[in-house]
Amino acid sequence: MDDNQITSSGPASVEQRIDAIQFVMQAHGMDTISAIEKGHHLAQEEWVPRNGARIVARAWTDLAFRQRLLKDGKAAAAELGFDMPPHHRYLVALENTPNLQNVIVCTLCSCTAFSIIGLPPDWYKDLEYRARVVRESRKVLKEMGLDLPASTEIKVWDTTTDTRYMVIPVQPPETIGWTEEKLVDIITKESMIGVARLMGS
Amino acid sequence: MDGLHDMGGRQGFGAVRYAPNASVFHAEWERKANFLYGLAVRLGIFNMDEYRHAIERMSPYHYMSASYYERTLTSLATLLVEKGITTQAELEAIAKGKFPLAGPSAPGRSNHPDRQRFKPGDRVWVRNEYFAGHIRLPGYIRGKQGVVVRETPAYPFPDAHAHGIEAENEPTYDVAFRTEDLWPDASDSAIVNVGVFQSYLQI
Repeated sequence: MDDNQITSSGPASVEQRIDAIQFVMQAHGMDTISAIEKGHHLAQEEWVPRNGARIVARAWTDLAFRQRLLKDGKAAAAELGFDMPPHHRYLVALENTPNLQNVIVCTLCSCTAFSIIGLPPDWYKDLEYRARVVRESRKVLKEMGLDLPASTEIKVWDTTTDTRYMVIPVQPPETIGWTEEKLVDIITKESMIGVARLMGS
Repeated sequence: MDGLHDMGGRQGFGAVRYAPNASVFHAEWERKANFLYGLAVRLGIFNMDEYRHAIERMSPYHYMSASYYERTLTSLATLLVEKGITTQAELEAIAKGKFPLAGPSAPGRSNHPDRQRFKPGDRVWVRNEYFAGHIRLPGYIRGKQGVVVRETPAYPFPDAHAHGIEAENEPTYDVAFRTEDLWPDASDSAIVNVGVFQSYLQI
């Protein structure tokens, strides 16, 4: 199989290859067209970081919810109507403080709580982030624009099982007292992966 | 298996190509690859561990040069062939060109015969084992000591689940390691928490 790559003809394009796969699956009675349409809808409309932002905003404004979220993230997400795929059996919410920064990675592939914080972006799946953030976390975060004081401890979470993680960023002090709806708008996917803080908090 | 997919701690890479609000897909073929493999999983043609393992089995040259979604489509095609749904020749005839697939799999294995239950605060060792099949153990913690921070509910055991072997579901443990223990004198000081299957751990 490997010798395919060293023949002069070279591989078919990725477009030709995925179309061949789709043709074969369709010929075996699999409804590929609606799966692609449905997937497109899910990625655009349902697996969006705004879900996680709503969870975080609720956790900032409702202490009882925050406790439930820290105890059982999947159940707390379900309270707000957010599902996770069956193989994501457990969601762990990680609480940042001014002195603690939690950061999520998947060094072996690209595992993410995608139905909660959105599908992973390119940089999260790239080899650079996967190779480096476990070993050089402070340097990598600084390169990405998050220059943490030496007094801030870093905890990296490598997603090697089907447990999923999300970070609860620190609420910026100037937003204390804002409504939940207004808070949702400031919470980013990057802050829930743990590579960014919000409004300098 | 000790494949190139096991990236944690490898050196020589440059800056992360970071952009806030980065898009997830760049072309229609990427969406197709993602949602067709998802369809195959939902239909029970293969499971997530088989999917991940077929990516790991790609030739190292191919793995390193392929984009993320090329790895996805290569795993999907490999498993459709291995499950008898198509052949490489048929795929190449339809695609009008070569269709590189992943290499063959080594045998899987069932749970470790001597599994122990741990509790938060326990100091545990990661077994110093080398296994050529699918394993969700990053090499950088092999043979290292850490502290249990949490037990999670039982999951299918990947080393068996990727290979169609019977095994009991088993709990996983989030284990905290100090970078000073993982890469002495050659890392930023931090705690790295790794989700570790029970079979991979001992007191």
